[in-house]
Amino acid sequence: MRKFKDHLLRGCLWASAFLTVAVLIIIVGYIFYKGFRLIDFNFIFGDYSPVGHGGIWPMIVTTLYTIFISLIIATPIGILAAVYLQEYAKQGRLVRLIRYATESLTGIPSIIYGLFGAVFFVTTLKFGMSIIAASLTLTIIVLPVIIRTTEEALKTVPQSYREGSLALGTTKLQTLYKVILPSAMPGILSGIILSIGRIVGESAAIFLTAGTVAAMPDGIFSSARTLTVHSFLVTQESGDIELAAAVGIVLIVIILILNFLATFISKRLNKADY
Amino acid sequence: MLEKLSGRVFLFCALLSVISLLLIVGFVFYKGSHPFVAEGYSFLDFIFGMDWVPSEDKFGIFPMIVASLFATMGALILGVPVGLFTAIFLAEIAPKRVAKIISPAVQLLAGIPSVLYGVFGLAIIVPFLQNNLGLVKGQSLLAVILVLAIMMLPTIVTVAETAIRAVPKMYREGSLALGASPIGTIFKVVVPAAKSGIMAAIVLGLGRAIGETMAVILVAGNSLILPTSLTDSVRPLTTNIALEMGYAFGTHQEMLFATGIVLFSFILLLNFVLAKIGSKGGK
Repeated sequence: MRKFKDHLLRGCLWASAFLTVAVLIIIVGYIFYKGFRLIDFNFIFGDYSPVGHGGIWPMIVTTLYTIFISLIIATPIGILAAVYLQEYAKQGRLVRLIRYATESLTGIPSIIYGLFGAVFFVTTLKFGMSIIAASLTLTIIVLPVIIRTTEEALKTVPQSYREGSLALGTTKLQTLYKVILPSAMPGILSGIILSIGRIVGESAAIFLTAGTVAAMPDGIFSSARTLTVHSFLVTQESGDIELAAAVGIVLIVIILILNFLATFISKRLNKADY
Repeated sequence: MLEKLSGRVFLFCALLSVISLLLIVGFVFYKGSHPFVAEGYSFLDFIFGMDWVPSEDKFGIFPMIVASLFATMGALILGVPVGLFTAIFLAEIAPKRVAKIISPAVQLLAGIPSVLYGVFGLAIIVPFLQNNLGLVKGQSLLAVILVLAIMMLPTIVTVAETAIRAVPKMYREGSLALGASPIGTIFKVVVPAAKSGIMAAIVLGLGRAIGETMAVILVAGNSLILPTSLTDSVRPLTTNIALEMGYAFGTHQEMLFATGIVLFSFILLLNFVLAKIGSKGGK
């Protein structure tokens, strides 16, 4: 009887794992199957047109804009915040408050960020529905990711590095820039890669802050749509699953590349450690 | 001098996350509470009201609250066993080669933009339900549950796997030495020992499900009725915000922020539970 139960449970474990992988294969497989016919040079690099399936270059450019602007703001702030928490702060109430805030930010759903962005960046600061409003909203979304990963990276820098450097007569700041940050670099980089993934995959917050204009943005103050929003809108408005799936392929390929980079960097990191 | 200044700058950067959180909470709560504080709307009518007709000044979100709760609970019932078992499989019994296939698969599943789950749901799950259950419209509570269950899988698997791996080897060895079977050891010793981490995994999955928006819009059908069966078309809280924010203004817009407050309250409750679990696990 016990044997039977053991076999049954073992079977359930295998079946669940199998189911998880099957779900992934079905989803990714379906998207590639549905969308691959549309993928060609003109689709990726062509201008958008409402007739037919249109090119997606404006959406790619918009996505790149949002990645670039959010990271250029969030990366330095996030790194310096992590430096404060790990290297400068005395552990106490203030640090606990900052940690609590950072953790809470992680848990807020993106639609709430969207609401906030729509009232704060779009209306109060008068940016209008624009790439900059979306990017600033995204900055807050990825900030906790960068802080957390940088903190983890700083923790792995051996204490002896700091002591060695300080013993040579450097200031705390010099030690930070010349010794600590460079050796924490791989960890920081993987945090940035995670953030890119988060930005590329984000939709609800961008939908409410950047709007839905399907054209090449004139600059960061114009409304535009990212790849995810495009995929959403063509599905919702015209039920064009083929087009949505083709955009999906581009998104999945980007995610695959990012995953590969992250694994590559963490492998390098582990090698450097031992 | 420079040393002192840089310390200040670092502190300011760290405080920015506190400032952001305060701004977000402040703006959403300020905007969302305005109709009840200044315009004489009743908060109880808002929470328990059955009708949402902005053009007639009727703002009741009870059906949406019910829809959100049902959808999340349903996703939990389907997603937790599968996710948890996959995590146990990966941490305890998977041959290395198999684990090498499944782990990146879970990682990719976590990275796929949520919109694509919605596209998949609309293209495959919705027609499937429509044809096999004989529905007029396949967009339904059940479709939402299925999509959310899939979406919460990677969260549950990764967090639970880490928790199970963190259980000391001694526990397993002790149990095996006492004559327990490997499977018995997993379910009677290892899983109970990882309980707090597993609970955290479930709560995080729950958070992802209740906050999901774009994928849900595509498969929910978005009707404003109180759901009474799995095949009813529903409109969860998140969807209501995203669908109407584009054209809402005045009181209508503020009511969408109020909808956001309700959603926020659920999330805060979850965070509170999570913190409780965390402190228990620490002991």
